[in-house]
Amino acid sequence: MTMAATDAMLDTPPTPAGPWRRLLRNRTAVFAISVLAALAVLALAAPYLTNAQPLRISPGIRLKPPRPQNWFGTDHLGRDMFALVLFGGRTSLLVGLLVTLISMSVAITLGLVAGFYRRVDMVLMRLVDGLMAFPSIVLATAAAGYLGPSVTTVIVALSIVLIAPVLRVVRGQILVLRELPMIEAARAVGVPDRRILARYLLPAIMSPLLVQASFIFSAAVLGEAALSFVGLGVGARDVSWGSALAEARNYIQNAWWIVVFPGAALVLTILSLNLLGDALRDSLDPRLARR
Amino acid sequence: MTDALLDVAGLSKSFHQVHAVRDVGFTIGRGETFGIVGESGSGKSTTARLVLRLVEPTRGVIRFRGQDLATLSKEALRRERRHMQMIFQDPFGSLNGRMTIEQLIAEPMEVHHIGDSVERRRRVGQLLAEVGLPEAARHRFPHEFSGGQRQRIAIARALATEPQLIVADEPVSALDVSVQAQVLNLLLDLQQRHGLALLFISHDLRVVEFMCDRIAVMYLGTVVEEGPKAEIYAEPRHPYTRALLESAPGRARKGAPLKGDIPSAANLPTGCVFQSRCPRAFDRCTHEAPQPRAVAPSHRVACHLAEE
Repeated sequence: MTMAATDAMLDTPPTPAGPWRRLLRNRTAVFAISVLAALAVLALAAPYLTNAQPLRISPGIRLKPPRPQNWFGTDHLGRDMFALVLFGGRTSLLVGLLVTLISMSVAITLGLVAGFYRRVDMVLMRLVDGLMAFPSIVLATAAAGYLGPSVTTVIVALSIVLIAPVLRVVRGQILVLRELPMIEAARAVGVPDRRILARYLLPAIMSPLLVQASFIFSAAVLGEAALSFVGLGVGARDVSWGSALAEARNYIQNAWWIVVFPGAALVLTILSLNLLGDALRDSLDPRLARR
Repeated sequence: MTDALLDVAGLSKSFHQVHAVRDVGFTIGRGETFGIVGESGSGKSTTARLVLRLVEPTRGVIRFRGQDLATLSKEALRRERRHMQMIFQDPFGSLNGRMTIEQLIAEPMEVHHIGDSVERRRRVGQLLAEVGLPEAARHRFPHEFSGGQRQRIAIARALATEPQLIVADEPVSALDVSVQAQVLNLLLDLQQRHGLALLFISHDLRVVEFMCDRIAVMYLGTVVEEGPKAEIYAEPRHPYTRALLESAPGRARKGAPLKGDIPSAANLPTGCVFQSRCPRAFDRCTHEAPQPRAVAPSHRVACHLAEE
């Protein structure tokens, strides 16, 4: 009787519409992914798209509005804004990517350990509380000021600041998941802790973390812009959207193009990342989407 | 008993003020099925977990295969788990939904370094056949199976390391009645074929009667009566056992039915734990806790009335 019932059951097709298919059916998600992909391609292909050197100063063509030779115009030093935006995108997106990778991997490792071993948790979470007591921009400013302006500084400073919020999310999830019957069952079988963490707990938190990653990415890009804006960013030898905006602020009234183009690139990136984050959350947890 | 597989003595567990399990002791021989019955809140599930040290005991000795599990280091205990497995009440929650059936059944062998991957895959096939699941189940996921089938998967997983003891905590109470008998028969069959000892936890008296050689009746964290199944079912000596048996449908009722609920384990009554609900309680019960005493060979009762 059981065999027959089982065979009949096994003939039914597996569940349709996985999270990825649901995501690609979401128009907002497709838009966000396309914009981000386009920005990434433009940034990567920057040297092939323009002959202009982003840092080359040409005093003869200062503050020229958009024209055939300079699609996005020139800034107060006669630099080509199109080149500046493309090469600036390289820095901004690189900072976003690296900060996301670094802060997420540190936060996941520490969060897993903190959520699983209560004694480590006591110490670690007090440290995190301390870290979170400072406003993050103050913390990043302090770190950047201490290390001196450079791309590496920005990445280190933002990574430190963004570890804490992800760590809290991971730890919170683990505290709930560790009480699941499957974890007790795994212990009863004799599954070692490390394998429980890697095979049971880590896969279970991946979807909320994916959502978290898109928000961390946007926070990092924005954070870089903010640090560059106050002069603690990438420094004079590199350009980023933030540094371009910072330098443009004195000319806003007479040269709109030097603000609008890097600003638009920044807004488009942040907007797409946030939309992607929302769409990811909806597709990974359909119960929330229907609300 | 010299060839005891498991010998538990003085086992206790307190969670802060709550005395969940107090001074529990019993012995299980090789190949024997020992049942623990009790209402919810009687501490039977905690006892199951204490025996496997999934919950750390506050006090007590758990002698398994000649060594005290309570004193083993974490890693030594983990290795010893190869010889003792558990089947849980919830056949869905206890299986990792992200693993295929093959991965689930092979995992115990993998973590205890039994065989190589080819052998393990072959053994998964054997185990599937033993629990009555088709070979095609191998590459499926737990959510594609019914409750009874999932419990079969859990049983296959528990058998994978060829343990000597399986602790089954309410293994059929989450299943439909029509499926319960199938799973119980499977357990009984496998137990006999492999010479397993089974510690069987249930609130269902009929299930325990069907499965077990000896039983212990738990009330409020203590064992009130323990003995051979036939004796206990034919002639219960503790008033609680008697009331429990009479409360089963289809049984003749001689005494008064039990009133009220099991008291809180955080606020234990003085004297006998059962006095607040006992139809035959008298003076002595309110201030003196009865000690378990033998009323027949291997039949012990913790009741003042059993003395006469």
